[in-house]
Amino acid sequence: MDTLVLLTLTGLGLGALYFLIASGLALIFGLMDVLNFAHGAFLTVSVYAAWRTAETVGGMPGLLLAAVVGTLTGLLLAAVVELVLIRRLYGRVKEQILVTVGLSLAVPALVQTVWGADARPFPVPDALSGTVGVLGARVPVNRFLLIAVALLVLAGIHLFLSRTRYGLIVRAGVEDRAMVTALGIDVTRAFTLVFALGGALAGLAGVLGGLYFGSLSPHQGTSLLVFAFVVVIIGGLVPITSVALSALTVGLVQQYANYYAGGYGDLAVVVLLAAVVLSRPAAGTGSPLTRLRRALTTPRTRSAGGTA
Amino acid sequence: MTAPPILRVEGLDVDIAGSRILTGVTFDVPASGVTALLGRNGVGKTTTIRAVLGLLPDGGRVTAGRVTFAGDDITHEPTHRTVRRGIGYAPEDRGVFAGLTVAENLALAERPGHEHRYDLVHDLFPELAARRDQRAGTLSGGQQQMVALARTLLNDNTLVVVDEPTKGLAPRVVTEAAEVLERAAERVPLLLVEQNLAVVRRLARSAVVLDAGRVVHTGDARDLLADTARTTALLGVGSRPDHGAA
Repeated sequence: MDTLVLLTLTGLGLGALYFLIASGLALIFGLMDVLNFAHGAFLTVSVYAAWRTAETVGGMPGLLLAAVVGTLTGLLLAAVVELVLIRRLYGRVKEQILVTVGLSLAVPALVQTVWGADARPFPVPDALSGTVGVLGARVPVNRFLLIAVALLVLAGIHLFLSRTRYGLIVRAGVEDRAMVTALGIDVTRAFTLVFALGGALAGLAGVLGGLYFGSLSPHQGTSLLVFAFVVVIIGGLVPITSVALSALTVGLVQQYANYYAGGYGDLAVVVLLAAVVLSRPAAGTGSPLTRLRRALTTPRTRSAGGTA
Repeated sequence: MTAPPILRVEGLDVDIAGSRILTGVTFDVPASGVTALLGRNGVGKTTTIRAVLGLLPDGGRVTAGRVTFAGDDITHEPTHRTVRRGIGYAPEDRGVFAGLTVAENLALAERPGHEHRYDLVHDLFPELAARRDQRAGTLSGGQQQMVALARTLLNDNTLVVVDEPTKGLAPRVVTEAAEVLERAAERVPLLLVEQNLAVVRRLARSAVVLDAGRVVHTGDARDLLADTARTTALLGVGSRPDHGAA
């Protein structure tokens, strides 16, 4: 029983981490069909910036400042990448993939040159390094922190999407971007905002990942990104709650399989992915895979539907 | 002394994926009344409208010619800027956001810094007020068309472009749509793509006929429709007065 509790809360914590990464990916892809392989690189740079801050300041204030620095680093990096690179490549899916894959390879390599390939310990304040007893299990405190932050982010994204004009533009743009422009709205501005917010969430995820794993390494972002992609494919792009549910499912399956199936957690996630993809061969036109296939095989129409 | 046209299309050539779709398309949309853009299926009516609005598909581009709106060149302008000049657009498939409510669909059309004519919209479409919290994807085709038209009338536009508003609608709903368009046309000039000639006869003052990507006729709409032989030659259909509901 206590093992199950520990596994469940750890799985939920991991799922929370996946959600922070996957929610940005889903919104970015949903709005502009941009498959952002650089999302993990944002996380990596952010967690190193956070680590330097936490080391320098120390203790709980250091961690709080590190969270701010990490989030802002992700935000700024994403905004710069969007404005300088992605913006020139709207509608050119293959070129975008090349650019973001390039970043996903170059950035960790650069980080590795500066700080080395070895994992470094992430400073965890005493208040967060302990455990809490839940139904007989000793659960690390940081799991609860991760779950709480993810819930706050979920509520925040929900409010942003449902209550703000930019949120309305994002929801409409995910359905039919061209029609949004035909109503006189500059979708690219909303996209820059979403891209930067996605980067901020990746940065925050980096800091929480540092707490969760207790360490950081140049390829942390890339390996987390793989699972975030799986989350998006399973959960779809909208609504954001389905991304959250999918993230929790992936986190739990991974943890349970790691314990009960002899360390095959990653494999179990791949099997889950395959099962989901194969069980809905005629995925709806809004599914990420269908959209990607269409974007890659046909020149993307910017037009508002209908025929010529 | 006639007023200058609100929209002028001059010598427009459009290529899509390397094929010439429009050749030297030239016509004016007067600053009042309804101008009908007519022609058989696939002659380039929708492409013409999309070229005007900058909504051509990727691989599509204007290779020659000029579009001016209220005297300003808008040929290669981004769509959102063109639209903000005062154009309302209801596309062929209505372009309604299925996952958004009716109220949200209308709110998206609001242009910040302008007055919004919810009074007019709810007067024309009382049903939309009643269904404001309903998801647009669950509306009937006719109701979705109301949303699309309401969005074009919410702002004080100086031109409204409507692509096949009666396509796929039941005869009774076609009549309703025609009534709304007639009332809208009292306020704002309309550029209307329409296959239903009864609707055209009822609404249109001038007509532009396309064939194989070229303008083959411009002139008074009623004169054209009165000439059965010419209508049949140009549009491939008869124009009996009882053709279709309006």
